[in-house]
Amino acid sequence: MAVRLKQRSVLPGFGLSLGFTVLYLSLIVLIPLSATFVKASSLTWPRFWHVVTAPRAIASYELSFGASAIAAGINLIFGLIVAWVLVRYTFPGKRIFDSLVDLPFALPTAVAGIALTAIYSANGWIGHYLQPFGIKAAYSRLGVVIALTFTGLPFVVRTVQPVLEDLDKEMEEAAASLGADRWQTITRVLLPAIFPAAVTGVTMAFARAVGEYGSVVFISGNMPMRTEITPLLIITKLEQYDYAGATAIAVVMLVVSFVMLLAINLVQAWSGRRMKTSGASDLALGET
Amino acid sequence: MATTFALRNFGLASDKAAQATSEGAWVRWSLIAVAVLFLGVFLFMPLAVVFASALAKGVSVYFAALREPDALAAIRLTLIAAGIAVPMNLIFGVAAAWAIGKFEFVGKSFLVTLIDLPFSVSPVVSGLIYVLIFGLQGVLGPWLAAHDVKIIFAVPGIVLATVFVTFPFVARELIPLVQAQGNEEEEAALTLGASGWQTFFRVTLPNIKWGLLYGVILCNARAMGEFGAVSVVSGHIRGRTNTMPLHIEILYNEYQFAPAFAVASLLALLALVTLLAKSIVEWKSRQQTKQQELFAARQTGTTASSTLITSPGAKAA
Repeated sequence: MAVRLKQRSVLPGFGLSLGFTVLYLSLIVLIPLSATFVKASSLTWPRFWHVVTAPRAIASYELSFGASAIAAGINLIFGLIVAWVLVRYTFPGKRIFDSLVDLPFALPTAVAGIALTAIYSANGWIGHYLQPFGIKAAYSRLGVVIALTFTGLPFVVRTVQPVLEDLDKEMEEAAASLGADRWQTITRVLLPAIFPAAVTGVTMAFARAVGEYGSVVFISGNMPMRTEITPLLIITKLEQYDYAGATAIAVVMLVVSFVMLLAINLVQAWSGRRMKTSGASDLALGET
Repeated sequence: MATTFALRNFGLASDKAAQATSEGAWVRWSLIAVAVLFLGVFLFMPLAVVFASALAKGVSVYFAALREPDALAAIRLTLIAAGIAVPMNLIFGVAAAWAIGKFEFVGKSFLVTLIDLPFSVSPVVSGLIYVLIFGLQGVLGPWLAAHDVKIIFAVPGIVLATVFVTFPFVARELIPLVQAQGNEEEEAALTLGASGWQTFFRVTLPNIKWGLLYGVILCNARAMGEFGAVSVVSGHIRGRTNTMPLHIEILYNEYQFAPAFAVASLLALLALVTLLAKSIVEWKSRQQTKQQELFAARQTGTTASSTLITSPGAKAA
């Protein structure tokens, strides 16, 4: 019995549309991406290992991953509060705040970068309040965290919001009528329901932050070993015509993003099983 | 006696129920305050500082920065890059949505994952991959140099990088939409003698038009604003290979803050228009769904199931 690769359908155009899809995908995405691995394979393994574990590279991974994790954590806490407030309460200007949540997706990263730098530099709107306390926000690791928090802000809000909207108020009423107080209802009923969506959102925010470049380079100060993120290290190597070195670091980043993509898909499949709510995984890595 | 006791008990119970399903006023207002403060600092303030800094040196400096030849060249290149990248990815998105949304085949979910791939690649790496192919050191570099074709540090490279970073936008808006729409209407049209293209333009396209518009808007915003990927392939040649974000970077690094923010204000304006368009499209598509539901309800005499609701804002994964 032959395996049927395609289910019969009366609609025309399957061959044309799938053929074009696969061709375009290969030309624009798959072949260029695989070229990176081909290029990297021109390096011997010890040389590759030497490049990707150089102290400067390690320092950049620590900053990129550390700052991304902290920013994702901040976005988890505030994202839950923002989503809750936007779904459950009414207050003046709510609709404007709601549509503005997507701003980090729509605002070009370079614009965000110079705007945040202007706000947090020593004479900036917030920076000059921080300076007397000895807090240096711009041109420091704190600046990297601030930029990455901005970049990842919409993810948790936009994954949790639809789940909260779909949640039946009756579940809470049932919990209350069974004698639970508000705090118990929140921790035992609400949080478990929104947990999968929150995990998806946090993973997406983290994945986005690890690769982020434009919003970070202006505010970070770009000091090697201190405030140099991994994407910037790639650019630095390129500007020194160290193509092999840049490729090696790029391969590390690509592998990390493939792992993150896999993780996001697994989390989504798992949360899809946990609750059949549509819309929870709307934004994905997109709109970035 | 017994009645008053029951009443009092009932009053207590309902008080308790209200307490247990909502928060007290002070909790509510402090949560709202936290959310508003967070969004204010992280969203309103960056927007405000862009326009304030752009106009800090006065209106004449602002308009001079926008009329400068290098700025105009950057604006033109940005429009060219977006003008090529968006239609290309639009055609791809429609084709992918048709293949994936209307047919069942092996490896479908894997294909969807591959389409999303550019979103998870760092912008810098997205630019680098084209340098590794078309650059002088790249796979095709020597051949291109021999035939005097310039892709890297030239306009084609910028267009390619823009196409890559905006690759999934239209496709990922349309695929779930087409999937949710089902095949019945198209099958009916075909049975009534419409050709394949007629079916697409008269039946499918009207059903997905708002999602399509939404995808195009997002795709365009990203295409015009892309920085990292374009920065790697552009070579920063003033007046020739600078897009608006790259022009902003150069001005900023030369400490020309007011002109840098002036050009940035154009992109910030674009972002605001994008958000506005998104709200309108979401509202319109909700209207359309409601109308369709009403129609379906009239046809079958029952209310359409809420699972049919698909708007760009809330759709299945």
